[in-house]
Amino acid sequence: MLRSSISKRFFSSTRVSLETLAFIESTGSKISPASLSAISAATQIGKPITALLAGTEGNAISSEVAKIPGISKILVSKSSNYDHYLAEELSPLIKEVLESSDYTHFITPASAVGKSVLPRVGALMDIQPVSDILKVESENTFVRPIYAGNALATVKSNEKVILASVRASAFPPVELSGDGSTPIEEYTQSSESNNRTEFVKEDLVTSERPELGSATRVVSGGRGLKNKETFEKLIEPLASKLNAAVGASRVAVDSGFCDNSLQVGQTGKIVAPELYVAVGISGAIQHLAGMKDAKTIVAINKDPEAPIFNVADIGLVADINEAVPELTEKL
Amino acid sequence: MSSKLKILVPVKRVIDFAIKPRINKAQTGVETKGVKFSINPFCDIALEESIRIREANKGLVEKIHAVSIGPTKAQDILRTALAKGADSTTLIDVGDEEVEPLTVAKLLQKTVEKENSNLVILGKQAIDDDSNQTGQMLAGLLNWPQATNASKVEIDGDNVTVTREIDGGSDTLRAKLPMIITTDLRLNEPRYASLPNIMKAKKKPLEKLKVSDLGIELSKRLETLKVEEPPQREAGIKVDSVDELISKLKELKAI
Repeated sequence: MLRSSISKRFFSSTRVSLETLAFIESTGSKISPASLSAISAATQIGKPITALLAGTEGNAISSEVAKIPGISKILVSKSSNYDHYLAEELSPLIKEVLESSDYTHFITPASAVGKSVLPRVGALMDIQPVSDILKVESENTFVRPIYAGNALATVKSNEKVILASVRASAFPPVELSGDGSTPIEEYTQSSESNNRTEFVKEDLVTSERPELGSATRVVSGGRGLKNKETFEKLIEPLASKLNAAVGASRVAVDSGFCDNSLQVGQTGKIVAPELYVAVGISGAIQHLAGMKDAKTIVAINKDPEAPIFNVADIGLVADINEAVPELTEKL
Repeated sequence: MSSKLKILVPVKRVIDFAIKPRINKAQTGVETKGVKFSINPFCDIALEESIRIREANKGLVEKIHAVSIGPTKAQDILRTALAKGADSTTLIDVGDEEVEPLTVAKLLQKTVEKENSNLVILGKQAIDDDSNQTGQMLAGLLNWPQATNASKVEIDGDNVTVTREIDGGSDTLRAKLPMIITTDLRLNEPRYASLPNIMKAKKKPLEKLKVSDLGIELSKRLETLKVEEPPQREAGIKVDSVDELISKLKELKAI
């Protein structure tokens, strides 16, 4: 008994490293920035990476993906069935690919798509996935946040294939610095998904600004802005001046100051920009969970007791209606 | 002819959302002794949505059954669910064991079969383990359509149309029953239970089961090696004017 467990351990540490399958998402025929961060995490696992692209857009980005360093092979499943990344369609595809070769890991960004697909794959394969990893400790041990980021759990997976989603803000995106010579193979799924879910439409918020999840600077507004007009009047010009993305607290979103998709927090986007400017935001734990890993945090609030000042590198206690226009003008 | 809805709402008992969790000394988890527990906010929204579906569609909903997988004390939140409008409940008692989403999904699959449910509405995630997995897993096990992060649910006969929160905006999916929906925060504003309803809830059915009654084993696939405090940020400084703020930003090379 003892001997067998020793030899097993010995075997597992010396065998040829098997492969990681990484799902790459695209939006509007561009690789999603979150996917580039997920590849960065996959690289840290230290095994050869096969990239999986699905849908007609997947086909469109294959030449771009070929420039990602560290990827040894690209599989493209061109079927338009995958165009809207429905979990019912993608999960059987991913299961089939994982079972077609010696994959030990499956990595996906912890995006809306990743979060919807990964657990379904887990159920189909009888595997418990690991959500939202922040750190790769070893090939089977990861750090992930629990309790809205108020605690960090180090978890070890004993599964035959490790399924994990990656928190984009915790890993720098890989750069497209390769020569584009990664071999591309077409993958045709043999099993039918029998999917009964129909995609009706989507409403995306279009913006000239950098995308919130990957922006290097973010200006966020909260309850203190009082209404939509003030939000637009104060936040937009400051964000333009800084070339920053616009974010918001949950109260601002719920009160209709701006769109849902701009919400920063546990239930919204998790960001880790170089600079985060919080305007009229008190700093509830649910909001802090989404931004406390920013490099520099600036808070402007008239309440000196606001919890946001406990995490802010630079705090200014002032009336935002005066301080923000002044700041915008002087920058 | 459209089928009647038999809605299943899984609810989880978690540390109250307003409480900042403290890590235990052994660094194995979060301190739970003497801490206030409540229904997971997303589960509360799922329950509210089920009740609203019944209120908005006369005669459509045959029953709303709430189920919780947790310690004996989880019956408190099931009583709350009954007071708010659930018709019947089941507690699957697992003691103090933390149960992983995959096992929860398997237990729920058994419950769906037992209750003959054709619509399951769950919270998108529990605010303690933050996994965001159970609903999707249950959909996978049952091979039912799924709509995650719902911000709007419309039912027309057997057709369910769900608007979802996605990265960069929203999208809309449609599927026929049976189906799994997970709720986003924006779906609705949960009601409070009134005192008369709390009294009435004491007479409503609360079935108690053990995991073994459902033929499932509690096995752990993930091992938690340790639980730690996240790195604390160093205290910053307060400035008195916008000019000072700008010069400090320059000093930190943030602009």
